[in-house]
Amino acid sequence: MIHKLLKRIAGLVLILVILSFFVFALLYIAPGDPAEKRLTSQGVAVTKQVLDAERARLGLFRPFLVRYGEWLFGVVRGDFGVSFKDDLPVAPKLFQGLQNTCLLAVSSLLMALLLSFGLSIASVLNKDGPADHLVRICAFVSNSLPNFLISVMLMYLLCIRLDLFPVIAAKGDLRGLVMPVLSLTIPMCGRFTRQMRAEFLDQMRSDYVTGMRGRGVRTRYILLNVVRNALGHIFTIVALQIGTLMGGSVVIETIFRWPGIGKLVMDAITARDYPVIMGFVVIMGTIYVVINQLSDIINHILDPRTAL
Amino acid sequence: MKKKVIRIRIIIMTVLALLLVLVTTFADVFSPNDPYATSASAIRMAPCPAYPFGTDNLGRCVFARVLYGGRTTIAATFALVAVSFVIGTVIGMICGYYGGILDRVCMRVADILLSFPQMVVAIAVAGILGGGMKGAMIALGITMWVSFARLSRSHTFSLRNEAFIKAALFAGKSDPYIILVHILPNLLAPVLTNALTQIGTTMIGLSGLSFLGLGVVPPVAEWGSMISEARAYIQIAPWAVLFPSLATILTIIIFNYLGDAVINYREA
Repeated sequence: MIHKLLKRIAGLVLILVILSFFVFALLYIAPGDPAEKRLTSQGVAVTKQVLDAERARLGLFRPFLVRYGEWLFGVVRGDFGVSFKDDLPVAPKLFQGLQNTCLLAVSSLLMALLLSFGLSIASVLNKDGPADHLVRICAFVSNSLPNFLISVMLMYLLCIRLDLFPVIAAKGDLRGLVMPVLSLTIPMCGRFTRQMRAEFLDQMRSDYVTGMRGRGVRTRYILLNVVRNALGHIFTIVALQIGTLMGGSVVIETIFRWPGIGKLVMDAITARDYPVIMGFVVIMGTIYVVINQLSDIINHILDPRTAL
Repeated sequence: MKKKVIRIRIIIMTVLALLLVLVTTFADVFSPNDPYATSASAIRMAPCPAYPFGTDNLGRCVFARVLYGGRTTIAATFALVAVSFVIGTVIGMICGYYGGILDRVCMRVADILLSFPQMVVAIAVAGILGGGMKGAMIALGITMWVSFARLSRSHTFSLRNEAFIKAALFAGKSDPYIILVHILPNLLAPVLTNALTQIGTTMIGLSGLSFLGLGVVPPVAEWGSMISEARAYIQIAPWAVLFPSLATILTIIIFNYLGDAVINYREA
């Protein structure tokens, strides 16, 4: 067990190193060179001398691997380099944004989980009944909606037609959180409901449920067992959705001007501020990989038959 | 009985999907106006006979732009799915057929790619490569081939030990011949089903990138970027947002439903 766990952690570190290498290499595929990008993003007129001086200052004449090593070493210590735009360190900005993003992401994740749990149970309980059909249709449709579309529709409906919420979230205003959370929740809820319903139905078909039914056990106790046995798979489903949630929060934060890490990275993309983009991918990648490994471990604890 | 119902559903959805593809491919025939012609006298006009879906901020016909935008979105999606399908299936078949070190390396790469958050990587790649549909397609394609490769690999793996493959080997057929003639037709059905279910997700991804300004370059009509542009004046001209949104929703629903129905049909 401990041996396997260590192997897992080694694999995790390897994946993260590859991801960071990939991100660092991207900078070199990108058109133009970093010194030029830096100068243009600061609005300096680019001449040959200025460019060479900047290149020397940034250490661009040194070999690629040396620079990668230095950057990686910095990242491990929590130093993501300085922004091209204002020469301020990137790390505090990223972590500040991450806090806001977490607030948004965690609240929509919890809401989606609660909603889809209730809906999938209701749908399983009267399988092929009217409620089941309704839930399935809703889940199917919301699964097919891109989240930018939901947020635009919600804006139109709630802000303009009904005038219930402010369009742009003011800081500290909880009402501003409602629409971004809803736009993230709806498509996620659809996916969760579909997968949970399939999972519960799968459990309902197994022998132990037939046995319990035969012994005349009440439905609510059967459900308790079904939920307990499906828990491991539900963790996996949720962990895999975290990636989609991260991508979605970039879109939603940009629309609602929520000061999270997604908004930060979109601003950085427009300003060609590469250290921020690199830091964003490394942070999000780390969170995603760690969560998925954790879910595998939890899965193994919940159901020791699954291989770790 | 159940199978018959699903078959009818599949036929209806296929007809609808084909209709969508046809209408958008021949957008120039169906479109009443030029999607790029701006008009100062027809800015943000409500839907009327001349402009069935109204006009946008520059006086461009929204109906024409929805049709042409569909062409951009659908063509890009199909191209991306097709390319990933071909690359993924070829890699998967070769890995599954030969096995060994090549197989292990490829599947390791696939595992690593799958462990990245796809949309995060896509946003970063598209952002760094700079605008353009090509950048967005590359960004999504990096991870897309993996599902095809894994699926076709596992099918090739089980097919490899079948008697008819052994017979072909003893008959002196070459490896490429066996792969193309005996293995490919046998794994086509599940892999094509996977391709069908990928269409909806890819469309969501591509239009999302366009919405962020990481897809098409502005004057080109595309649903995601149209919605993004028109969002600024949604209070004055809601139709400029509403119609491209409806088109996106309908298209994704049709393709997703088709994918679901085909899966159900194969399982039933």
